[in-house]
Amino acid sequence: MTGGAKLSRRQLLVCSGGLVAASGLGALIPAVAARAAMKPVTVGFIYTGPKNDYGWNQSHAVAAQKIAKLEGVKLIEQENVPETVEVEKVMEGMIQQDGAKVLFPSSFGFWPFILKVAPKHPDVLFAHIGALWTEGDPKNTIGFRGYMEEPHYLCGVAAGRLTKTGKIGFIGSKPVYFIFNNCNGFILGARSVNPKVTCNVVITGDWNNPVKDAEVTNSLIDQGVDVIVANVDSPKVAIENAERRGIYSCGYHTDLSSLAPKGFLTGAEWNWAVGGQFVKAWQTGGSYPNLLRGGFRQDMVAISPFGQVVPKNVQAEILKLRQAFVDDSLKLYRGPLKDNEGNVILKPGEVIANTDNKFKLGVNFLVEGAVGQTGLKK
Amino acid sequence: MQSVDLGWWGVLIAVLGGAIRVSTPYLFVSLGETITETCGRVNLGLEGILVLGAMSGYATAWATGSPWLGVLVAGMAGAGLGLIHGGLCNLPRVNDIAMGIALFLFGTGLAFYLGKPYTIAVAPRLPHLALGAWSRAPQVRSALEINGLFLVGVVLAPALAWALRQTRVGLILRTVGDNADAARTFGFPIERTRVVGTMVGGFLAGVGGSFLSLYYPGTWNEGLSSGQGLMAVTLVIFARWKPVACCYTALLFGAATALGPALQSIGITTNYYLYGAAPYGLTLALLIWSSRPQHTLAGAPQELTISK
Amino acid sequence: MRSAAEAAVLSTAALLLSLLVFGGFVALRGVNPLEVFRALLFGAFGNWFAVQFTLTQAAPLMLTGLCTAIPARAGMLVIGGEGALVTGGVVTVLAGVLLAGAPPLLGIPAIALAGAAGGAAWIAVAGALRQWRGVNETISTLLLNYIAIALMNHLVSGPIRDFAQVLKPASWSIPEGFRLGDMPGTSVHWGLAVGMMVCVLTWILLRKTTFGFAIDVLGGNLRAAQLAGLPVTRLVLLTTAMAGAAAGLAGAMEVMAVHGFASASLAVGFGYTGILVAFLARQNPLAVLFVSVVLGGISASGGLLQRRFGLPDAATLVLRGILFIIVLASSTLYGRFRLFQDRER
Repeated sequence: MTGGAKLSRRQLLVCSGGLVAASGLGALIPAVAARAAMKPVTVGFIYTGPKNDYGWNQSHAVAAQKIAKLEGVKLIEQENVPETVEVEKVMEGMIQQDGAKVLFPSSFGFWPFILKVAPKHPDVLFAHIGALWTEGDPKNTIGFRGYMEEPHYLCGVAAGRLTKTGKIGFIGSKPVYFIFNNCNGFILGARSVNPKVTCNVVITGDWNNPVKDAEVTNSLIDQGVDVIVANVDSPKVAIENAERRGIYSCGYHTDLSSLAPKGFLTGAEWNWAVGGQFVKAWQTGGSYPNLLRGGFRQDMVAISPFGQVVPKNVQAEILKLRQAFVDDSLKLYRGPLKDNEGNVILKPGEVIANTDNKFKLGVNFLVEGAVGQTGLKK
Repeated sequence: MQSVDLGWWGVLIAVLGGAIRVSTPYLFVSLGETITETCGRVNLGLEGILVLGAMSGYATAWATGSPWLGVLVAGMAGAGLGLIHGGLCNLPRVNDIAMGIALFLFGTGLAFYLGKPYTIAVAPRLPHLALGAWSRAPQVRSALEINGLFLVGVVLAPALAWALRQTRVGLILRTVGDNADAARTFGFPIERTRVVGTMVGGFLAGVGGSFLSLYYPGTWNEGLSSGQGLMAVTLVIFARWKPVACCYTALLFGAATALGPALQSIGITTNYYLYGAAPYGLTLALLIWSSRPQHTLAGAPQELTISK
Repeated sequence: MRSAAEAAVLSTAALLLSLLVFGGFVALRGVNPLEVFRALLFGAFGNWFAVQFTLTQAAPLMLTGLCTAIPARAGMLVIGGEGALVTGGVVTVLAGVLLAGAPPLLGIPAIALAGAAGGAAWIAVAGALRQWRGVNETISTLLLNYIAIALMNHLVSGPIRDFAQVLKPASWSIPEGFRLGDMPGTSVHWGLAVGMMVCVLTWILLRKTTFGFAIDVLGGNLRAAQLAGLPVTRLVLLTTAMAGAAAGLAGAMEVMAVHGFASASLAVGFGYTGILVAFLARQNPLAVLFVSVVLGGISASGGLLQRRFGLPDAATLVLRGILFIIVLASSTLYGRFRLFQDRER
């Protein structure tokens, strides 16, 4: 962490990177790196909330621990950093005071500040979870994010198979595109096995508000919903309340199966540890994608272990569908598809690729079967 | 699980159930603050006490397996902070409003600091009475699940009102809060009374906090309270320092909070932020309507800092 | 002169005692308190980066601190800084969009003033409610906070939302020409300069003018003020408007110098921390400036505590709470030490 060490490490890296590039031995990078010890690197994780929130921030903290185990990695973490100019200084602090070289600022609102800081530190990698990188953005910034709608589709299948009332519920935090993609995935999955299922969609308005989450869960259950999934920062409250009322629940962010022994179906989990490849790329001077998005096929998302209430044949069905995502034979958005206001989104035969980022960024509708609105402009 | 479609009746029932659930912490905190303010002390630190109570109650319940023990420990933690507040505020020239805010920060910080390991833990829950078991509709059954602490609070309120009116202890409290000179004449121990009053207030606020973590929403996490403690102080003034009126104001506030989610679940899904503002807007409107320019704080104990 | 010395000595003693208590606190966790103190100092003032970090954190607090300090001198307890800041931010955005074609030289001060006016109106409502309906201003400003935040969230999620911003609900952006950058040669935005200037101007206004004197009389004794024929209602409205203007200006700075738009990131607690600042500064506008820097320093060094010692983020909250309690308790010592008393006594 002293000035001298930093310089020599950087020089070494630039030299070795140049050497490797010049010799065209890009494909042999792993082998080269294995023989020599990996360059030490300090990796910084920045969380917007507490890292043990049993939800969003924890999913990153879990990945941070995995990345910390990579060779040569020293991990530093800071939590409860708000999406204001403070994060700019926090990133600078990690770079200047702790010598961090790869940063993982894990909240959407950090992106504008990353764009401001990145050009000042071309030797530092900034890996952001918003996946908004476009041509023209600094080359040392990365956007990576899994397609959460895929595991939500599988949760929906479980929900569609196990619901007795035919009513399922989706609790979202804020009215943004990824929440609605997840919601659509959930509904499409449920209706693919049970076409009469309807889904009540409720937005709480806050990333984290336990009292509201609980109230909304109970209201949905009062309306006859018997499977819920909560896209909030900490789904623990919703799942526990659902379990108390004796209905089924699906998890989100991390493995929440232990919270609902009787009612847990499965859950949608992140695999942020794929970020480790950026760390390795920095250490070896290798290349990295500036935009990395993927679903099951790219191992960027996962589903939680099944709850005991899910019958074996449903488990098998879901695992087959998961494999279909891996093979890319299953497309989530496929025609004929209408939204819940009667507009045609996709005609019969029309199909959206699972990696069609542009389409997904522009999702401002809820599919047929949803009870509720997005509030996004059409 | 059977589903009974109640339509708009469902909203009413959900609001009723929500009112009871959401109001309980407000009820306890405002009862506690009523006692504190009756003897002349303002404690804005109740928010911090609430959060500390929630955390300590949850941790104790998880460690011992007994939620009621958790409630007790939460109360004691609240009494402890109340002791600090009451003791320090007795020193001359210490502003109790500012000290309350300081305690709010300290209590919250302490709760978050010590509570880190408990966000993943699952603690046993407080029991409830299933008063709605007669109904086939799950909504009615859920709405009428009256939890233990609510019943305690509902019984406590008139008991406190009676005690304040009819007992010697109540007289001491009221005199110390209303007229320090008269209290001195009667030989009432002003400082000691205020400390005890603040401790009792803190105890009740801690108990109110334990409700949040041990019953509803029934978890510990740093976003658990969003100003319930501060709002309770408002509700005390709104209730004009009468314990029984505190019940009604707490229920009203709880009902207003439950309205938004109830409407959302039947498909009225827009303007959820505005519904979220409803409880505060309602309280403000009622305050404006019920206040008179000449009697800024009618019924207030005269020794209160905010009365002077 | 002596009272200023008294304040300085007692405040410093309180700060040191708080650090001592905090040191004991972290020692319980097995962390060396001396290392923590060194990190606190280094993280707050140790090098140019740290100083800039501290000043960045201090900037909004100077203005929100005034939101509580100004009315306090008139005998009112206003805790509405958060709501006024948010309102100011939203109004700044609206003004920015409205004046989109204007030259920056005109536009920048115009929309900053608009933001201040928005905040002023918001708190003046509480002042008016106090005068005409007898509603306690502490309660009304608290409620107005929640209402303002809810209204802002509603607006940025719908009516004034920029749907091209996909990451989170955010309002329309103000024109690029109206943005304020960092001060030349530093990485601290102009909001700091504005905050410092307003604190100094407020101090001059409240300590050196008859208006300020009238406020003090009002704050000392309402009856005496009325008997003296002071226009109480006008003073109350002016004071609350000024308070709101300060916090509204903070909101304008957040929009103009930091984000470029309004969003839920406006409501991150600057208003509430401002209350703390005001009380620690004993409602003196100049002291508000210095206390903001102290709290900014604690906030800036908090990150180091997390990263170097594994202390949770709540450790900074605990430190602030301890500091606040001890400083407040120390006010009982004022006037007790002969050293600081005037010779006449």
